[in-house]
Amino acid sequence: MPECLRIVNGKIHDPANNINGEVREICVQDGKIVEGVSDDATRIDAHGMVVMPGGVDMHCHIAGAKVNLARKLQPEDHRHDVHPATEYTRSGTGGVVPSTFATGYRYATLGYTTAMEAAVPPLTARHVLEELHDTPIIDKGFYVLLGNNVFLYKLLEQGRMDDVRQAVAWWLNASKAYAIKLVSPGCDEAWKGKKNSNITNLDEKINAFDITPRQVIKALIDVANDLGLPHPAHIHCNNLGHSGNYQTTLETMLIAEGRRVHLTHIQFHSYGGEPGKNPVSRAAAISEFVNANPNISADVGQVMFGKSTSMTADAPLAWMLRNVKKGKWINADTECESGCGIMPFSYQEHIYTHALQWAIGLELFLMAKDPWRMVLSTDHPNGGSFMNYPRLIKLLMDSAFRREQAALVNQKALKKTSLMDLNREYTLQEIAIVTRAGPAKLLGLANKGHLGAGADADITIYDEQDDKELMFNAARFVIKDGHLFIKDHEFCADHQGRILHVAPEFEATIEDEIKPFFDNYYSIRFANYAVDESYVAHSQIIPTVGH
Amino acid sequence: MSENTKVVENATCTFCGCVCDDMDLTVDLDEHRITKAKNACVLGRAWFAEHTVEAYPAALIDGKEATTEEAVEAAAQILVNARFPIIYGMSDTTCEAQKQAVAIANYLRANIDTTTSVCHGPSGMAFQGVGESSATLGEIKNRADLVIYWGGNPAEAHPRHFTRYGVTPKGMYIPNGKKDRTMVLVDVRETPSAPVADIFLRVKPGTDFEVLWALRALVKGRTIDSSIEEKTGIPLETLEDLVERMKSCQFGVLFFGMGLTMTRGRHFNSGALLALASDLNEFTHFVANPVRGHGNVTGADNVVSWQTGYPFGVNFNRGYPRFNPGEFTTADVLARGEADAACIIASDPASNFSRPAIEHLMKIPVITFDPKPSVTSKLAKVAFTTATYGINVPGTVYRMDDVPITLRPAFESPYPSDEDVLTAIKNRILELKAAA
Amino acid sequence: MAETIMLVPVRTNKQGTSLNAGKLKDEYQLVTSTVEIDPADMERLGLTTGDKVRLRSPAVETVVTCQQRKGKGSTAGMMFIAYGPPSSELMDGDTAGTGMPLSKHLLVEIEGPLAS
Repeated sequence: MPECLRIVNGKIHDPANNINGEVREICVQDGKIVEGVSDDATRIDAHGMVVMPGGVDMHCHIAGAKVNLARKLQPEDHRHDVHPATEYTRSGTGGVVPSTFATGYRYATLGYTTAMEAAVPPLTARHVLEELHDTPIIDKGFYVLLGNNVFLYKLLEQGRMDDVRQAVAWWLNASKAYAIKLVSPGCDEAWKGKKNSNITNLDEKINAFDITPRQVIKALIDVANDLGLPHPAHIHCNNLGHSGNYQTTLETMLIAEGRRVHLTHIQFHSYGGEPGKNPVSRAAAISEFVNANPNISADVGQVMFGKSTSMTADAPLAWMLRNVKKGKWINADTECESGCGIMPFSYQEHIYTHALQWAIGLELFLMAKDPWRMVLSTDHPNGGSFMNYPRLIKLLMDSAFRREQAALVNQKALKKTSLMDLNREYTLQEIAIVTRAGPAKLLGLANKGHLGAGADADITIYDEQDDKELMFNAARFVIKDGHLFIKDHEFCADHQGRILHVAPEFEATIEDEIKPFFDNYYSIRFANYAVDESYVAHSQIIPTVGH
Repeated sequence: MSENTKVVENATCTFCGCVCDDMDLTVDLDEHRITKAKNACVLGRAWFAEHTVEAYPAALIDGKEATTEEAVEAAAQILVNARFPIIYGMSDTTCEAQKQAVAIANYLRANIDTTTSVCHGPSGMAFQGVGESSATLGEIKNRADLVIYWGGNPAEAHPRHFTRYGVTPKGMYIPNGKKDRTMVLVDVRETPSAPVADIFLRVKPGTDFEVLWALRALVKGRTIDSSIEEKTGIPLETLEDLVERMKSCQFGVLFFGMGLTMTRGRHFNSGALLALASDLNEFTHFVANPVRGHGNVTGADNVVSWQTGYPFGVNFNRGYPRFNPGEFTTADVLARGEADAACIIASDPASNFSRPAIEHLMKIPVITFDPKPSVTSKLAKVAFTTATYGINVPGTVYRMDDVPITLRPAFESPYPSDEDVLTAIKNRILELKAAA
Repeated sequence: MAETIMLVPVRTNKQGTSLNAGKLKDEYQLVTSTVEIDPADMERLGLTTGDKVRLRSPAVETVVTCQQRKGKGSTAGMMFIAYGPPSSELMDGDTAGTGMPLSKHLLVEIEGPLAS
């Protein structure tokens, strides 16, 4: 039973409702925030504490086929980071790719209550949903990979834009996805079909197809907007990681022509320099463009020193990393839909490129004029574990700490950025924006990321501390759907969150187009492809907007 | 046979890891049996024909008939009172049931292991060391022009693998099917799979590692001495020719089986093959897929991995999962006499384990779950008759290439599902622990 | 007269179909307790199809029926049996720390024909 709660004496940070540290009451009833509750409601005294909406991670890799491969790959990483059971919670293992129970619980201990798995080929959507079902506490959803989808390529070749729209809508329904994801469009066809090559130019033909990445990007940006999806096309640009790739990023943003688009882990796409040579920072150019164009949003994809795991549908990228690092590597092709590469990795202060990446991420944060559109992420676990978020928050809020850390990194790299000229310190309110209010708004989750009446009662209460890393590392109270499940830093209950997904309308006749393709080129029956309702037993459909 | 029939289309056969989802089943609803399984192979037809509703008791306790409820109580008592209870098997049941088994292991602080440990466990261990380049089976259909089967005999163990996945199918870039492909078979003898091969390599038993390592060396441009033929039975020229084909193909695949994992070298053999496939990606696109035996052993790997972090051989004694093949794998905890109670789900270790392991199994209380009597259920203290997954019971399974498929059961069974029984046992265990 | 020969447990169609019928039934028992031996070895050992032979590994022995192999190519020195209780019994309990008992290419002593 969700409780009736009254939170008193806490300093409220609710940017969406313009509350910036005032002491106010928050009332909870039947899983929602309400104007008032009766006197016998359970009282939580939040004196000396900060109250925020639950955190929203809009880009992480926490569930599904590729995550499970990465999880299986690294027993050595789990061994060092066990996750014992408690009276209320299941056991698991941690490390950079934790087991599902540990993932949910650990997000919750940081005060996060929603997370979005960022890349799923529809063929294995069922797997993602099974894992998300076993990820406790948080509400969750996923983005479906469509930017390397062969059937869509065939439609685009023929200029059948209406059918593209119907097919995308069908796919969102069939997979129970939240949003459309593109990863380096064209790269997987080059990888799988042309002896492991790649595509580097937005106007190059995609392997055996008479279309270009530019056309794919434009089509899917348009479809996402035309369908009125709550979140726009979510794009991992081409040429991730390559020197000079900031040009590709700017070009990609221009394709949107003023329509909504989200560029993910944009730090990895902000490099200058010549291809093949050392990168330099172009964070300023990227930041300037994003600042000036309100249709564009991004999440940073900050790199944090220490262990990480690269897991991406950008298979050529993972192969490049393998040639750099020479360790165990996974490749996993998904028929007609995607590729995937996985490489255990680590970022080290003394390495030029890593230090540069770290600094560029911070530049992007510090140069952002609109924190609502430059959201906090590490592209977990590609840039590092989500367990690094508290440390990242400290880096943003405490410029002295930032300087201390900057002194430890490769100085040659640091000089190729303007980080040392940036003295800005994020306020608590701005942190609340980049970790909850902003991502919730970008995702179109009207009832999350704020504490106004009608919002889902997803609330985090932190002890106010000078050391922000300590403060954000262990929330004191966490409430989800009105259930108090972390009390005085300890779990006092378990909880199951919902799957969030969209269900845009589509014309059923599109199935007559898709089915023959299936019969010819897939290895399962069309009738067995779409995910049935039993996988989303505990879920919520977020409606499309404006039609 | 009655007139009261229905047809279940697009059903899934879960006998072997091919998990073919194109079964069209004709079901006699009066006789509770499948009378026709269109598209099934010889093994699938037997699977569907033989799993009817037979008149077994719902459960046996000490060999005497009992109700499911009585057996749940007895099973829970055994498990709660054991100091080193083990759970094993799980490859012939749904993911939904597998999750309950892991939950029980968590609450009991038990040992849990799947049949993977005696099948492709070595490949899983090799994977942890070396990684793996793989593809879903539709990629093979659409792109693979070089297909190598190593240490397996699909004609007898996975009869539709050639026709549905690996050799015959026409695909997007392979418009002529078999004619556009070269198939290579590597084995210690010419099996019924050999006629399908364009090239057959007869390897001396126990020397696959040497052959694979020589191939790796040749791929990397090293020199190999011609004495390799004496050692392995395969001439150097043949290996050189194979390497040339592998490097110059458009998309190559190595399908590998028990011929590598069950023989001298075990995980080193699998590791050598996986490394070879990964190395070849310097030249072209190459993948290596293990050919899994049981219908949902891949599901067991996946479920145990996502819930614990490790694929098999998991132990919860300390309140969190630990992994160590050789320490927590079932063949060992039985052969060394460590387990003091065993819960065997959808498998038959008393048929397939070593003598020391079986002898110990006979000394401890055993709980089994099986639709039919087996050697293990005959020695069990508590034996549940459960319904058959895919035929009576709905749920999720994973094909050998990790593709998840939803089952379409054909007819109902009076027996409970594995999931139902495990859930009941789990709940009773929680009650007993709370009361203690 | 005992000689050492390599035992290779394998899968066969019959093993798969009889397994479905039931592991306690006769067909499965027969299929999994039949070894296929190369004609040259059969001759040298003085065996004919249907003879019973004793297979002995360091710890265990079991009695199986032999059958002349009809397949292509010589497999002298090897004999093949469908996986099941008899082949599994002969495995060593020690997995060398891998969890995986060695079941293929076991060197066993073969003695026979046994008097019925």
